[in-house]
Amino acid sequence: MSPALNESRTALRTFTNGWSIDHASIPVLDPEAFAQAIVDAVAEGRRVVALFGAEARQQDATALYVVLADDDENLLAAARTEITGNSFASLTPRCPQVHLFEREIAEQYGLVPEGHPWLKPVRHHASWTGRDAWGREAGEPNLPGGELIAPGGGGFYRLEGEEVHEVAVGPVHAGIIEPGHFRFQCQGELVHHLEIALGYQHRGVERAMLGGPHAKGIHYAETVAGDTTIAHATSYCQVLESLSRCQKTARSQALRGISLELERLANHVGDLGALAGDVGFLPTASFCGRIRGDVLNMTARLCGSRFGRGMIRPGGVGFDVDTARIDTLLREIDAFDKDAHAAINLLWSTPSVMARFEGTGTLPRQAALDLGIVGPAARASGLERDVRQDQPCGVFRFAHIPASTVESGDVFGRAYMRWLEIHQSMRFIREQLRAMPAGARQTPVGALAPDSFVAALNEGWRGEVCHVAITDEAGRFSRYKIVDASFRNWSGLAYALRGQQISDFPLCNKSFNLSYCGFDL
Amino acid sequence: MLKILKARLQQGHRTIRYPDGPPPAVPDRLRGAPVIDAGKCAATSAAASAATSAATLEGNCRACVDACPTGAVSLENGLSLDLGRCLFCAQCAGACPTGALVFTQEHRLAARRRGDLLVGQGRAVRLAGALEPRLLGLFGRSLKLRQVSAGGCNACEADVNVLGTVGWDLGRFGIQFVAAPRHADGLLITGPVTQNMRLALEKTYAAVPEPKIVIAVGACAIAGGPYIGHAEALDGAGALLPVDLFIPGCPPHPLTILDGLLRLLGRVS
Repeated sequence: MSPALNESRTALRTFTNGWSIDHASIPVLDPEAFAQAIVDAVAEGRRVVALFGAEARQQDATALYVVLADDDENLLAAARTEITGNSFASLTPRCPQVHLFEREIAEQYGLVPEGHPWLKPVRHHASWTGRDAWGREAGEPNLPGGELIAPGGGGFYRLEGEEVHEVAVGPVHAGIIEPGHFRFQCQGELVHHLEIALGYQHRGVERAMLGGPHAKGIHYAETVAGDTTIAHATSYCQVLESLSRCQKTARSQALRGISLELERLANHVGDLGALAGDVGFLPTASFCGRIRGDVLNMTARLCGSRFGRGMIRPGGVGFDVDTARIDTLLREIDAFDKDAHAAINLLWSTPSVMARFEGTGTLPRQAALDLGIVGPAARASGLERDVRQDQPCGVFRFAHIPASTVESGDVFGRAYMRWLEIHQSMRFIREQLRAMPAGARQTPVGALAPDSFVAALNEGWRGEVCHVAITDEAGRFSRYKIVDASFRNWSGLAYALRGQQISDFPLCNKSFNLSYCGFDL
Repeated sequence: MLKILKARLQQGHRTIRYPDGPPPAVPDRLRGAPVIDAGKCAATSAAASAATSAATLEGNCRACVDACPTGAVSLENGLSLDLGRCLFCAQCAGACPTGALVFTQEHRLAARRRGDLLVGQGRAVRLAGALEPRLLGLFGRSLKLRQVSAGGCNACEADVNVLGTVGWDLGRFGIQFVAAPRHADGLLITGPVTQNMRLALEKTYAAVPEPKIVIAVGACAIAGGPYIGHAEALDGAGALLPVDLFIPGCPPHPLTILDGLLRLLGRVS
């Protein structure tokens, strides 16, 4: 390793996933050194987990924080800088994976990332500081005339030419699905560029977390993305637990792991059914629609809610299992196993399905790397990244789930990835249920440590879910940052659509199946 | 082809028999309709207060009210719970030292009027009745709905969607979700109605031909859910549109949603 790389490494504060650190131990770099540290870390093979603004301790300044992951060393690293004035030099041209983070900083704190190639708002809300990066009037977010701040506004990247046409879809879509706006630049059926404009689901989650922990905190976490209730609630609880030095029992961690993998099973099997539906292969579409319900009912057997509401609670879990319930769950997993094999294996042996899956919506490995793609979408493009393996916390420190990868990067890759993960999750759930450790289901969570910093990452079914919290001198949240996998992966979908037929959009979209509310917060 | 037929045989016929047969079993830990026994409430009943320890603050017990994240529980005019605001987290029941408030497995929760969702002593949810005769004549055997998620977290949406699977087969009741508001008889709304979805929801509603109905599914669409009071949202669909059916839950169980829809169409009572 060259001295320069060593230098950049020492400039960062390293720590582990889910362990709080003294806020003062995070080095304050000058803005140029901060940017260089990120560029160097990414060049070394690390990746950006979060880049966000926060109130600086110094007056008239805004702090920027970065959390980087060193997946080979199973370590996270943090650094911060303070920006005085209204702008900073954009890092996006040198490090594309931060492009949305910088747009978010611009929107939330009114700082302009100078040189950002496509600086538009992310969620279309008023700035938190009263200073607007686009010079708009404060307090008039969505009024007529405030076109730029209204969702879907702000202008789109356009292709010019006689044969070029533009297709606009949404925010209200044809199915029972969340709202978002898609703008395609097409030449005939061929998509040259897709721009995705979101923000319609913005409910103000991060802002509402400030000053917490509040009574509603766990409910915000459970509804950041309803289909990812377990992963987000687990990250939220890990934040509280690490900041209060709460020791969870092995039993509660096993139950969290089981819940997380059930969430993955339900969504993966549902997605495979929906992918079958999108290519008109109805047998698997029909079977998987029902089988997904069977898994949701298993989660409801744990906690009464098909989406895991009430299962993950600070200090442990809300519900325990006795041997009778374990036996029932094991039987239900066996039935699921049999049904899922019969339904899903039809896909891989049906030429009309494979013809539509293979070679469609390819996201090349390098693009996935550059864009910072996470989860099954990254693994389907050959990137071996999985929080359960690389940054293990909770039960995953003891029970390893090896990351599977596929090299093709196409719809088939993302579909087959899910099938591989279904196998791993079933194995994990069975192992955990059969060897359930003893212990209480919940231990009390105390007051949060003041002036601390923590990042809690979990591998949700879509990919990495990251919650970062900073506490003030009274142990209250002075910043709470949430990064859903969708925040990273929508750019991957847009990229994968280039050069595709527009009629393949639903198929490509479903192969990523990203969250709108998880992005919009 | 043979493989497909074999898989089809293995999967079998899975559509529930309800409402002709009994409804499918709900999970034993389901938090359904709450029941209030004011006689046990230490805050409103002197006898219950005397019978419990000092932990209940001698008649000033507010444990349930303090435990509720959305302000659904009230002690004014006796202990009551507004199911429109309720997330069914049951933290109130868990906090109650005397068991005055318990959640049952009862899945039927849908009501026609907002006020009918208030549960109190001797007062259960006033379950929804059918549409008025003229609308029932129009929609009773064919109801086309346009779904709009306006800040929903995708849990309500998912359990509305599940009604379309072979297990529930919503189509057998003539109920169908359609792609265009022009083809719809009404809207089914989820989410607290974010400021950023307000215009889209208004336009979608305007595009539905008269007469039309509105169904609010989930705590968010009824009263804002966890997002109640947020400047970024409107505390539910009722702030913008007249609502004909409220289906509480976070999210409601599919059986609760189906029950609500069938009640509206006079298929169950």
